[in-house]
Amino acid sequence: MRPFDYVEIRVPAKSQYVGVARLTISGLASRIGFTYDEIEDLKIASSEAITNAVQHAYSEVDEGEVVVGCALYPDKIEIMVADHGKSFNFEETKTKVGPYHDQQEVQFLREGGLGLYLIETLMDEVKVHHQDGVTVFMTKYVGEEQVEENVEIISS
Amino acid sequence: MNIQVILKEEENLVKAFINGEIDAFTAPMLREQLATVQQKENLQTELEMSGVSYMDSTGLGVIVAFFKNVNANNGHVKLTGLSPRLKRLFDITGLGEIMDIETDDKGGNY
Repeated sequence: MRPFDYVEIRVPAKSQYVGVARLTISGLASRIGFTYDEIEDLKIASSEAITNAVQHAYSEVDEGEVVVGCALYPDKIEIMVADHGKSFNFEETKTKVGPYHDQQEVQFLREGGLGLYLIETLMDEVKVHHQDGVTVFMTKYVGEEQVEENVEIISS
Repeated sequence: MNIQVILKEEENLVKAFINGEIDAFTAPMLREQLATVQQKENLQTELEMSGVSYMDSTGLGVIVAFFKNVNANNGHVKLTGLSPRLKRLFDITGLGEIMDIETDDKGGNY
């Protein structure tokens, strides 16, 4: 038995479904025991990633889909957002994602504005995989107030 | 999930009451509403946001665009009624230092 519960959401690459996925993630996060503020952080970070995926998938194929995979552990949640619409083997994809390189990936993700910046700031770990579309992999731990630290590093 | 924008315009003063969630789906509606505001010299504007329950970078983008338009005509934008969560979003993106923001501290535990 794997050490986590896995929930996968698949939605059409249309902006009206970003809120639906956000509500689902909010519900999952509250089951693990995240605080109100942590859940709000998760809602924003996952919406940013899904919004990016929707915009990217939509521009390539009209009938694109976005897949959001959530792995629920006792002390953390891992969220994977892919814009290629294919279900992924969560464990396998996870081994492929690596730290992103500022020069390459960031440019793509930043074009919408502050999206990736918010993901970095609100989540504890962020990785981006750029093959067959873009996959964003992010982790948030229960009870770790990472935000204040990040804010200082970035603003200094 | 929806958004509601009520505009009150008189002379050189415009007040917009924004209610609901601002995300990739609703941000274009907010942008459309704010685009109907007639830009003129020294326009004083207020975005009343106590009814905004969720917002992300898509909303920030719309507000920044409005801010730029109004400022280009020597006008002023004031954001009022922000929840601590919303204020934090402006602060972590650095926009809090640039924009005139009034928070709604009622019942906040910050």
